[in-house]
Amino acid sequence: MSAVTLVKDSVNATTQELDVEKIGIANAANDLVIEDSMPTSRKKVKKTQPNYTRKIDSEFVTFLKNIIPPAFGLLVFLGLWSVLTIFQPALPGPVSTFKSAVLVFKHPFYVNSLDDQGIGWNILSSLGRVAMGFGMAALVGIPLGFLIGRYEFFSKMCAPVISLLRPVSPLAWLPLGLLVLKAAAPAAIWVIFISSVWPMLINTAVGVSKVPQDYMNVAKVLNLSEWKIVTKISFPFVLPYMMTGVRLSMGIAWLVIVAAEMLNGGAGIGFWLWDEYNASNYEHIIIAIFVVGIIGLLLEQGLILIAKRYSYE
Amino acid sequence: MQTSTSVNTEKKVATIPAQERYMQLEEINMTFVTKKGTFEALKNINLDIKEGEFVSIIGHSGCGKSTVLNLIGGLLEPTSGLLFCAGREIFGPGPERAVVFQNHSLLPWLTCYENVYLAVERVFALKETNEQLKARTNAALELVGLTHATDKRPNEISGGMKQRVGIARALAMEPKVLLLDEPFGALDALTRANLQDELMKIMMKSGCTAVMVTHDVDEAVLLSDRIVMMTNGPAATIGEILDVTLTRPRNRLGLAEDQEYNHLRGEVLRFLYDRHAKKAA
Repeated sequence: MSAVTLVKDSVNATTQELDVEKIGIANAANDLVIEDSMPTSRKKVKKTQPNYTRKIDSEFVTFLKNIIPPAFGLLVFLGLWSVLTIFQPALPGPVSTFKSAVLVFKHPFYVNSLDDQGIGWNILSSLGRVAMGFGMAALVGIPLGFLIGRYEFFSKMCAPVISLLRPVSPLAWLPLGLLVLKAAAPAAIWVIFISSVWPMLINTAVGVSKVPQDYMNVAKVLNLSEWKIVTKISFPFVLPYMMTGVRLSMGIAWLVIVAAEMLNGGAGIGFWLWDEYNASNYEHIIIAIFVVGIIGLLLEQGLILIAKRYSYE
Repeated sequence: MQTSTSVNTEKKVATIPAQERYMQLEEINMTFVTKKGTFEALKNINLDIKEGEFVSIIGHSGCGKSTVLNLIGGLLEPTSGLLFCAGREIFGPGPERAVVFQNHSLLPWLTCYENVYLAVERVFALKETNEQLKARTNAALELVGLTHATDKRPNEISGGMKQRVGIARALAMEPKVLLLDEPFGALDALTRANLQDELMKIMMKSGCTAVMVTHDVDEAVLLSDRIVMMTNGPAATIGEILDVTLTRPRNRLGLAEDQEYNHLRGEVLRFLYDRHAKKAA
């Protein structure tokens, strides 16, 4: 009896935790989307206010209001960075980093040898690796999440294993991957898979378990088949939860890739970062950090767009 | 005396026993197991419903009237007792018993058409062509006056329209029994009156049996052939059954000054607020 309740509590704890995570992410997303929603609000102003001089004024002012704070933030960041380089001469400053970035991006797709390729190839091979690991995680995590959310037995069965494996650091899985798969490349994909599967799995399961009883009563009264329940009720309801999970997972996958490639070697942005450190091209380390950040941001924004496109609200 | 269980009125033509007892609830007891222990919701419910009859169940909130409806709908199983519909024991939900939910329960990601089609497809897909299914869906939406909103989603239409779709969805299944769980409870008074009038017309046309849960006295008297009045829970049971002998079609305005109507209304009010008054919660 006590064991059962314990398991139940742990499931509750994880779901609550996830909700909190979700809300946090959603808020962050909202902050980011503010700029996107600007044009529509401006259109409204155009329609309701025929006073043209005022319209131009307000449009310009809102534009400034939206552009000044982030620009100011970036300036402060660059300023702090420059000041830091005065005290730490080993650290490359903004100007030298920019100059070197121009050179790096002049020939992004050269290939000298397997270990010496343009940054474009490194980025693409990292993205490919993430796509593989993340894709496999989605293929496993989402259906499994559906089963866990739909059937209580399954949920109770999986709860202890999930609670046990979820908090393990991504890099702890690497040696295991190397041992079993006997090669660096698949081991990196394995690490991405195992660390990014959890948010998708758990968010999907939480979503499925939260399908309102009203909708399930409709399903019962209409005598819908299990397939119809999944396609017409569970899936559309769960989609927003699932997309949050997908976004969290993608974030983790991209977070893990640098570490996994550093340890593994071969082409990839993480490998490139480590390689440039060994070659004492310190500007390139900072370029790599920016590249990782910008691509992570683009992936996140892309997924937000997709989520919006398929949201029923 | 208006309060008797079996009075034949002129309206109901010569009835044969099978129709007399189209739906039967026999010795129904319902006990829920909760965290605080067991809760006896219903005790010893006996009710026979005739074919084509409109029966309202009225009572204070918490008296278990929705539980009775869920039992008939097959969403709940009684702790003891038997339920029959058209000579068969009720075991789980079935397409011959369609439910209109209080909160309409439309799927927000489907259009009005798709919401109705889901029900049509389930009941008729094996027997009919796609064209026929489409025609059925459109006919149901036309019946409730919603042809202009077929491609709208539930959050784009008003509460009254949503409930119309809910009714269309239920009627599209061509049920033998229509179960209505406080169907107009969430609507404003004007919309409610409007929909009540339309429901009366629709029920006259379709002639199917209906059981409606309500807490609105006027609604009960206006729509019903019989009003089942329930005592307060726990262990709620049927207190009295009132025959409504008003002739059909009924007219809201005409009835407002009708002596018979006001007498019936008074009977229900006396039952609810005098003999079985609920203590202030």
